[in-house]
Amino acid sequence: MKIVIDFDVCQSHGLCTQAAPEVFEIRDDGFLYILDENPAEALRPKIDKALRECPTGAISVEG
Amino acid sequence: MPQFEQVVVLGGSLAGLRAVEALRRRGHDGRIVWIGAEVHQPYDRPPLSKQLLDGTWTADRVFFRKNEGYDALSVECRFGRRATALDPTTKIITLDDGECVPYDGLVIATGAVPRRLPGMPPLGGVFTLRALDDAIAIADRLSRNPRVAVVGAGFIGLEVAASCRKRGLDVTVIETLHVPLLRAIGETLGQAVEDVHRDHGVALVTSRSVAALEGTGDVTGLRLSDGSLVEADLVVVGIGVTPQTDFLGGSGLRLNDGVLCDSQCAASAPDIVAAGDVARWHHVGLGESIRVEHWTNAVEQANAAVERLLVGPEAAAPFTPVPYFWSDQYDVKIQFVGRYRPDDEVHMLERQNGSPRRLVALCATKGVLSGALVFNRPAIMIRCRKLIAEGATVEAAVENVRSILQSGSQPKP
Repeated sequence: MKIVIDFDVCQSHGLCTQAAPEVFEIRDDGFLYILDENPAEALRPKIDKALRECPTGAISVEG
Repeated sequence: MPQFEQVVVLGGSLAGLRAVEALRRRGHDGRIVWIGAEVHQPYDRPPLSKQLLDGTWTADRVFFRKNEGYDALSVECRFGRRATALDPTTKIITLDDGECVPYDGLVIATGAVPRRLPGMPPLGGVFTLRALDDAIAIADRLSRNPRVAVVGAGFIGLEVAASCRKRGLDVTVIETLHVPLLRAIGETLGQAVEDVHRDHGVALVTSRSVAALEGTGDVTGLRLSDGSLVEADLVVVGIGVTPQTDFLGGSGLRLNDGVLCDSQCAASAPDIVAAGDVARWHHVGLGESIRVEHWTNAVEQANAAVERLLVGPEAAAPFTPVPYFWSDQYDVKIQFVGRYRPDDEVHMLERQNGSPRRLVALCATKGVLSGALVFNRPAIMIRCRKLIAEGATVEAAVENVRSILQSGSQPKP
């Protein structure tokens, strides 16, 4: 599983950091950082939640 | 755990969509009938007052599930149809074309309808903004470079004003109260938002209401309560919304400015839940019944309501989110997390009017952090959401946020 972010549409709402803090982080510069681009399969439910809750649809998952 | 043959989802917008998705994700393998009043496929509303009006997006970008479509959800869609009645005893919904749709589980997510100015003549050039067709019609008028008047300095009105200023149009915003967003965020913080708009050239007229619309055929201006005239060729009315519960009048369901629900989003008749703008539920964390008209609430509540429907009252958790909303106006990302109450103390921790404009303000109810407003500080907002969920005291929260602001370092989760 590979996390892909469309940084053109990400607006740093940060709901993903709440759903899957192991993978997503908003730093004080206001930008989203991916902590783990290829997270373990066990994190999929959390990542699916992040994907559903993103207000701008910026997150997608390959594989 | 109840098993349903046919679940009906009423409402074709965000909460309805997320309810349909949640039903399948949580293993409902019976039929789903999805009824939406608009003819369009489900679309996202936040861009309607922003990107669609400032001209950066065309309408085709707002639709949900553009790539994956709806086949995988295996749902029977009836768009362009609305419910006119509900009988919770026989479990039958009547639609506007007379069709009767039976259900054994029901999700009410019918949203809300914009309020209109009372007793005004129907003139061209006067709009409310809720639906895609409204946004398309307003954008079309904006391309003719009109003088714009916005009635109501709430979020929608202010976003419309910002979008018009981005296009270089003259905008007057008329607000009955003495400061914008007073009910949502209070006087001090409403004033901070007002400053943003004044600095961007919006003419903001407060403490006055609209007495009459002027014009024959098309609108030419607004006569205000003090007798003054605001000339305008385009008027956008943003004075709030009313929950869409007309069809429930004879149903016996308990209503009170929305469908009245318990702490798990269940309505007052069996196997009915509600979500989104239409639902008023008992938030056990806040100790009151609230209705929230924001994007993330529609998403989270649809999920919670479907959980309640499918697993039943014993297994479902109460729905206790930390409310969150945002508004993009000019180059300012305004975010508010928590809930503002009129007697909250406000602690202003940062305020910078330059570029980038920044603001960090914490709200406290009886010494406990209850909300936070930030401009262009998303990381602080995320920290505050966590602190609110933990029930942090305002002293601890102030210290925590100050240390982040002073060090300039990133907050650790």
